[in-house]
Amino acid sequence: MNRASSVKTSLLFVATALACIVFADLEINTQHPWRELGRMALGAVTPNFLDFGVLVESLLQTVAFALVGVSLGGLLGFGLALLYHLALVRVFCAAVRSVHELFWALLLLQFLGLNPITGLLAIALPYGGIFAKVYSEILEEADPAPLGALPGGSGHVSAFFFARLPDVWAHIISYTSYRLECGLRSSAVLGFVGLPTLGFHLESYFRQGQYSQVSALLILFYILIATLRWWARPRLLPFYLLGALALFWGSVDISMENVVRFFSEDIVPAPLRNAEGLGAENLAALGGWSWSLLMGQALPAVVATLLLTQIALVGTGMITLVVFPLVSRKFFSRPARAVGHGILVVMRSTPEYILAYIFLQIWGPSMLPAIVALAIHNGAIIGHLTGRHADQLPSRPDAPRGLNLYGYDILPRVYGQFMAFLFYRWEVIMRETAILGMLGIHTLGFYVDSAIQDIRLDRALLLIFVTALLNVGVDALSRTIRARLRLSRTPDVT
Amino acid sequence: MTALVYKRMAYYVLFLLAGGACAFAKPFVFTAIPDEDETRLRQRFTKVAHYLAGELKVEVEFIPVKSYAAAITAFKNNQVQMAWFGGLSGVRARRAVRGARAIAQGYEDQYFVTYFIANSSTGLREQKEFPKGMEGKTFTFGSKGSTSGRLMPEFFIRKHLGKSPDDAFRRVGFSGDHSRTIALVQSGSYQVGAVNFKVWENEIKAGRIDPAMVRIIWRTPTYPDYQWSVRGDLDQRWGGGFTDKVQSALLNMKDPSLLEAFPRKSFVPANNSDYTPILNSAKSIGLID
Repeated sequence: MNRASSVKTSLLFVATALACIVFADLEINTQHPWRELGRMALGAVTPNFLDFGVLVESLLQTVAFALVGVSLGGLLGFGLALLYHLALVRVFCAAVRSVHELFWALLLLQFLGLNPITGLLAIALPYGGIFAKVYSEILEEADPAPLGALPGGSGHVSAFFFARLPDVWAHIISYTSYRLECGLRSSAVLGFVGLPTLGFHLESYFRQGQYSQVSALLILFYILIATLRWWARPRLLPFYLLGALALFWGSVDISMENVVRFFSEDIVPAPLRNAEGLGAENLAALGGWSWSLLMGQALPAVVATLLLTQIALVGTGMITLVVFPLVSRKFFSRPARAVGHGILVVMRSTPEYILAYIFLQIWGPSMLPAIVALAIHNGAIIGHLTGRHADQLPSRPDAPRGLNLYGYDILPRVYGQFMAFLFYRWEVIMRETAILGMLGIHTLGFYVDSAIQDIRLDRALLLIFVTALLNVGVDALSRTIRARLRLSRTPDVT
Repeated sequence: MTALVYKRMAYYVLFLLAGGACAFAKPFVFTAIPDEDETRLRQRFTKVAHYLAGELKVEVEFIPVKSYAAAITAFKNNQVQMAWFGGLSGVRARRAVRGARAIAQGYEDQYFVTYFIANSSTGLREQKEFPKGMEGKTFTFGSKGSTSGRLMPEFFIRKHLGKSPDDAFRRVGFSGDHSRTIALVQSGSYQVGAVNFKVWENEIKAGRIDPAMVRIIWRTPTYPDYQWSVRGDLDQRWGGGFTDKVQSALLNMKDPSLLEAFPRKSFVPANNSDYTPILNSAKSIGLID
């Protein structure tokens, strides 16, 4: 890592964010938030576990969707990783991972209906795209020595399984199990669109102001996440998967008629739907339709999305730098770290949507609640990873303590990895801006959601395509910057 | 350990058999747009399912959905055969399913009204005509697909101000549902909002509204709203005359506890043409192509 240029890059990003703040809409207008906030606070300290059956059922569904979805994603990603040298595969992966799980779910719902396959694919497709990219990078970094030691005439398949895979297997497993935590969060959030996971009840309770039930559900979810490394053992996976399949059994019911209708009518642009052939007139109508959608919605939305993303990215970085010592052995003793872990689990496992709503109450509608919600959520995720990374650094016997340790020893040494994590998270933060439409911010996600609510899937698809392009762009930019800074290419989450 | 595995396998076989059995006798399934608190909706429609099962002599099931769009999609995909739609969602759903019909509406739905409400700090008072002084304030609709919380208020805003909500207000949000619109305007997070009058009256009765914080500033002219709509292929699946049976069961719903749950005085016949005004309004503001 080149230290001087990484400082320069950081400053460049901070300057960009500051410039964005000038154009961003960060107005604060509060009136009487305390009534509602008081009820939320009361709910938080008086969790209500009375609906225990409902709580446990939705927790089980959440785990089942996450396990099966992430496993399918892993298989898909592994297969694609082997073909990742093909440009077509890379584009496909970038495209599928650039669409938020919620939008996948909303699209799949249109023709698969409300059944488990919808939820599983909504997780497996974007995760497959991410896995393909990361696995292929991990495989590339495998030590080439064992390959050289193979006898001549060894087949490709045996070379792969005996010489390349063993070297990186542990890394693959550790990355995959890290993704399981993300999968649990995704699975929980899928409930917002009607799948039977935690989000389903969370959203209803929250909307109804039943904050004691909200806090009961969240507490169970926090426990589930905090104990992940004890119950998510690779050896137990087959049993879990069988259990999950049992949970889904019998509820799958797909009609070909709906699938055909989706592809032959629903997503055909409105001007062509009832048109005969592709005459000049119809093409002109199609052009007008696309132009008005691109200029009227996509373009302003891209600007809003980028403003929000850049500010939230820097906010995420700042929060990360504050919170990562909380979970690091270098700074705190075991009991203090346990508290630190607790804080980070709460910060990263509370859906951004709920955080944003709380801040909406405090500050009123603007980009501000969204930025803070995204920064807290993502800052805690990267803080957790950075803290773990700091633990692996060798300590010198005469290491300083406290702020000196932080400023002069640990921070310079974790900074490269910290930036690598942050660049990885960049496109994720941008995807997440999608779901904050209730704040009255017209991001791309806001318009995609509007199109879906208006049952205009043709428009939704075009806007999702624009979102995907933007994501691909950000991904390419982050790759270039990481290469220039010689940051490690894969987030090291062992 | 092996015993456990065998036990599990036995369970799967049971699941499999149960799944197979389900495939034969499909129940009559309906849904409703999630315009209010879900617990209340679930209680209300579970009762309705019970009542319909008794009247129709078939298994009837209610499934809750999370959005107006999800209700329409379930109807389109034949996952539900009937739905309690709002004016706009009903029009959208029936356009997507050949032969679909509106068969009954609440008595009050013939004369539905939207209330514009404002936080008291705005100083806005109730006015007879479309209220002056709203422009430049922050404004929240309900759900994007709602008739009373989106379509009609936007229609009247465009009609009286001659511009789109985005141009008329400093900020435009979508709270998600009517109860939340009231909560957000009451807390001052948004200054003005538009809300279903039935939900407003319900919340007043339940004591969830503080009249010192939020008040009505305008009542819109009436328009047709909620209705029961059915798919066109009901008779093919459950035998000739089934649609008529469903309709008369709905119209004969007299049990006060059922009606109060909506809350509606009674149900009256409806047909697709009753909703032409809604379709035209939606087309005029570009919500339907």
